Amino acid sequence: MKTENILLSNIEYLQGYAITKHLGLVQGSTVRAKHIGRDLMAGLKNIVGGELACYTELLNESRQEAIDRMSSQARAVGANAVINVRFSTANIAAGAAEILAYGTAVVLERKV
Amino acid sequence: MEDLIAVGVTVVLLVVAYFFGVIGEKKHYSSIRAREAELSGILIFNEKMPPALYAGHEFALVSGSVVMSSDYFRQMIAALKKLFGGRLTSFESMMDRGRREAILRMKEEAVRIGAKVIFNVRLETCMLTKNQGGGGQQGLACAELFAYGTALRARDLPQRKSA
Repeated sequence: MKTENILLSNIEYLQGYAITKHLGLVQGSTVRAKHIGRDLMAGLKNIVGGELACYTELLNESRQEAIDRMSSQARAVGANAVINVRFSTANIAAGAAEILAYGTAVVLERKV
Repeated sequence: MEDLIAVGVTVVLLVVAYFFGVIGEKKHYSSIRAREAELSGILIFNEKMPPALYAGHEFALVSGSVVMSSDYFRQMIAALKKLFGGRLTSFESMMDRGRREAILRMKEEAVRIGAKVIFNVRLETCMLTKNQGGGGQQGLACAELFAYGTALRARDLPQRKSA
């Protein structure tokens, strides 16, 4: 996978590593519609309650894509890690959600 | 006659929803409890800063998410309950199950990469129900529960196990 060499963490300061270069904010986002085809199944599942596995899968895919885009942006600016990663989700239109991942691109070096 | 059919369908739906909802909830809770016991060795903290003990450990972002919905019967009960206010127990159970499930999935991901601790755990909730152009009944009553954190792993451990 292409994101393999970018390290990710939501911690802002990692002990035992030195930040040798700050490369600024990187972000990746994706907008997905929730209601493509899967809506019917989810509607049926909603009657009995429980997990809506198709939506879980959809959101996981979207989040992975947001992370991939963020990582490729980080690679483009010459970073080897993204720290302080945050996620945010917004409903931007009826039935569509934006998933955003953002963080600080840095060059990390291990000290110990 | 048509009214009668409509009422009948609603009643049948409510009964089906009630039974399957209760069975599903019981099953889910017993699975959650079993997995929680199994994964109790994985420690999770919402501390921002891992202690010096973990200096230089390998790290990775781990996350778990689940979209949960409440059954039709409980949604109906909740709608009635909303008139009076107070606790909406049907939604409480949905959120509780979802959150615990999300944490378990995050822990499972940590296990896959061979980590034993997760720091800076954050929990997020996103309601997927949005009324689309008015209409109170439109959209599903469901929420996404999402947990993420940084898993730490000692360096001298063997390389990541196959998932």
